[in-house]
Amino acid sequence: MAQIELDGINRSFQLGDSEVHALRDVSLRIEAGEYVAVMGPSGSGKSTLLNLLGLLDRPNAGHYRLEGRDVTTLSADEQAAVRSARIGFVFQSFHLVPRLTAAENVALPLMLAGIPAHERSTRVARALHDFGLEARAHHRPDELSGGQRQRVAIARATIMRPAMLLADEPTGNLDRATGQEVTALLEELNAAGMTLIVVTHDPTMGERARRRVLMEDGAIRQDLRRGVEPA
Amino acid sequence: MSPADTLRFASRAALGYPLRSALMVLAMSIGVAAVVMLTALGDGARRYVVEEFSALGANLLIVLPGRTETGGVNPGSFVSSTPRDLTNDDAAALLRLPLVRRVAPLTVGNSEISVGGRLREVLVVGTSADYLDIRGFKVASGQFLPREDFGRATAVAVIGETIRAELFGNQNAIGRMIRLGDRRLRVIGIMGPAGRGLGMNSDELVLVPVATAQAMFNTNALFRIMVETRGREALAPAQRQLEELLRARREGELDFTVITQDAVLGTFDRILGALTLGVAGIAAISLAVAGILVMNVMLVAVTQRTGEIGLLKALGASARAIRLAFLAEAGLLSLAGALAGFALGHAGAWLIRLLFPALPAWPPDWAVAAAVGTALTTGLLFGVMPARRAAALDPVQALMKR
Repeated sequence: MAQIELDGINRSFQLGDSEVHALRDVSLRIEAGEYVAVMGPSGSGKSTLLNLLGLLDRPNAGHYRLEGRDVTTLSADEQAAVRSARIGFVFQSFHLVPRLTAAENVALPLMLAGIPAHERSTRVARALHDFGLEARAHHRPDELSGGQRQRVAIARATIMRPAMLLADEPTGNLDRATGQEVTALLEELNAAGMTLIVVTHDPTMGERARRRVLMEDGAIRQDLRRGVEPA
Repeated sequence: MSPADTLRFASRAALGYPLRSALMVLAMSIGVAAVVMLTALGDGARRYVVEEFSALGANLLIVLPGRTETGGVNPGSFVSSTPRDLTNDDAAALLRLPLVRRVAPLTVGNSEISVGGRLREVLVVGTSADYLDIRGFKVASGQFLPREDFGRATAVAVIGETIRAELFGNQNAIGRMIRLGDRRLRVIGIMGPAGRGLGMNSDELVLVPVATAQAMFNTNALFRIMVETRGREALAPAQRQLEELLRARREGELDFTVITQDAVLGTFDRILGALTLGVAGIAAISLAVAGILVMNVMLVAVTQRTGEIGLLKALGASARAIRLAFLAEAGLLSLAGALAGFALGHAGAWLIRLLFPALPAWPPDWAVAAAVGTALTTGLLFGVMPARRAAALDPVQALMKR
């Protein structure tokens, strides 16, 4: 059983009179611990695919089994619980809450999951230490550099120790050097066992992934693997 | 999300937009302050009137000529159509009733008082010796009107403190002659200060024997007869005795009105109580307006923080958690507004008391509780819709907004 199993997923949007097929009959298997880059031109459906994988969106047809459990039929709040426990998100524009400090931003998922404050503070402190953000703990996002912001966002995405990390253009708003740092950070997390799925335009980042899914017009055109086949 | 975390998150969110939050707190506080201040004013007026009547003294019956009630046809209707005057003889007869302790006939008019070329207009009250005790007045120096037959027009006067100061300055007034209208009277006493009630300030009165006043105003009629009964429980039986006696004296016709102090007090109490309630209602409209403002501000907050809501959903927040966070924010802002309004209202009431010391402008407890309660309820009620809207946002759409 693969960690992620997509079967015949269709997703279409109504835009005015016309129906836009963002995803057409997509089937995909991703094993635990894989490093997948989803690539393709804009409008190819890669963001929609990521939203579906992250349970932020629902398919019009098809089935999504996450760790053997059909999650397409879950209620909104059940899906929220799955997101909370199993899925971490990293966004292009970081999505940090501007009025909260770095530490408070990292603590958000713990707070939403109802973890008591004293346990939160030790876990947040450890995470900030791991990501080299100790000195920035009490700074607000507008006092941080782009790289620091994305590191806070990654710390937040991984604080619940999710099974998979979904990253939508994580380096899109960063300069080259910082982007590489962030990529290295994500790869480290992947090396530690977390499934990493990255949507990217950047071919160099795509090159580094062990598996590349190329999308076009809402369908998977190519599914390329490099190196050893995952277990 | 635990309740404490929800509250903390909501308060951080409210503080994150200080101007917006401050304006909303201000609007809510003005509504609450309006209720607190206006009810303080209304209730102050009520208390003022009640105290004014209490100053009249206890166990009081007031007889006035004429009757305002509509009755059936009785034999008297064919004899006379105008009410008979109340006379000094009526007053003297009342004094003989067993349940009556004191009687003071009353004739009131305006006249000119002059001493050595100084002249002023005064309110002249013709009455008797018992008036002093019935009203609870005090004589500062000299003596009050002599105890004598109501028909005797003794040429004496008791004057108020203000009148004394204006006419005599620091000279001794007792024993001096004054001219009151066309009469010369001897001043025998000065009223003590702070006697007040029913719009009559004893500082600016000239009191003369009732017959003197009647002669001066060329009348036999009395304006009022004030009757003090023997104790409070004697009030009702005394009123019956009094009505019987007067009816007998006027050929069975009841062409006079007896009011008890309690009845008058009760009426004013009701009228002004209703007034206070009405004023509070008007002020409550501003609370409703503030409630709508809460809704508007929270809707703006939802729009402003759409990206944040999307993020919270992506991080695994349930719809309930988001709803509660926004509802808590509306509640906190309303609470802050209510507390600020409470303080503002009390400050306003204090200012009213400072400017009008006679008015006991204390906001009634029920009004304060109602204002704060209404503020919180409207805040929460009008916060529900924006909170639901926030919870219902589609996470994908919300995350795209930044």
